Amino acid sequence: MPPLTRWFLKSSLLFFILSVLFGLLLAVQTPLKLPASIVAFSPVYFHLFMVGWVAQLIFGVVFWMFPKYSKEKPRGSELLGWIVFGLLNVGLALRVIAEPAQALNPALVWSWLLAVSAVMQWLAGMIFVANTWGRVKER
Amino acid sequence: MPRLSIWFIRSALTYLVLGFTLGALLLFNKGFPFYPFLWGLLPSHVEFVLFGWTVQLVMGMAFWILPRFSKSPFRGNEKLAWGTFILINVGIWLHVLGTIGSGSQWLVLTGRVAEALGIVVFAVYLWPRIKGVGAP
Ligand code: HEM
Repeated sequence: MPPLTRWFLKSSLLFFILSVLFGLLLAVQTPLKLPASIVAFSPVYFHLFMVGWVAQLIFGVVFWMFPKYSKEKPRGSELLGWIVFGLLNVGLALRVIAEPAQALNPALVWSWLLAVSAVMQWLAGMIFVANTWGRVKER
Repeated sequence: MPRLSIWFIRSALTYLVLGFTLGALLLFNKGFPFYPFLWGLLPSHVEFVLFGWTVQLVMGMAFWILPRFSKSPFRGNEKLAWGTFILINVGIWLHVLGTIGSGSQWLVLTGRVAEALGIVVFAVYLWPRIKGVGAP
């Protein structure tokens, strides 16, 4: 499997672990009488799961197994693939920090990090689609 | 990959564009609230990324790579799987239309029923293809 796919898959496993740790934290909130404000972690929990783990796993496998784009460029643009990897991971990591922080203790820096995170993840999605579209074909 | 997989996966990629765009707007709006009306699009975000993107991508992959039958039709009753494609897509849009603006619980319900039917039909379609590679 190509190096980029390994990065996607290993990163997706790490996000999966992180996600269930957040899930655990949410689950122990009541029994351990943690502050109710940690429900602010709930969007982070399921986006770690669905974006960090599921979507990223799909991105990695798609890059690896979809029909060849062309003889010279079987996987489309490798460079764009790496850019998607960087944008998605950094973008999601910023969300993990900024979204609970903004909810618990609003500050301008968190607003900016949320905005940057939104733009990075959006770009990752758009570039992934642009780079993949031409590989969705018969052979 | 077969024609239906191309449809499922291109459709999934299109919903990825829609769903990520709404998600990014919502997240940006959490940082800098610029358009409170965006929150009304949260159900559409969820519908696009879950059913539109994730579910359809997986279905397209399954239709493509699960073991085929040794005799024609090699992918079984493809009409069923096409039915799923239509039901899921109609369901997504009924649901979305039912949640924007003043909304309609009936549209939401009809959309959910279409999606559920689509999934049952897909399970019925896929069931016999879950087998050993050499098996008939
Ligand atoms: C596979 C991709 C994704 C899935 C399955 C997904 C799923 C969901 C779900 C189920 C909710 C509902 C939360 C609720 O009802 O409280 C939600 C909310 C949200 N999503 Fe996503 N999402 C995805 C990608 C994204 C992306 C890429 C972004 C941003 C760039 C995003 C931003 C948001 C925001 C801001 C909310 C509202 C959170 C809140 O309640 O405060 N999502 N998403």
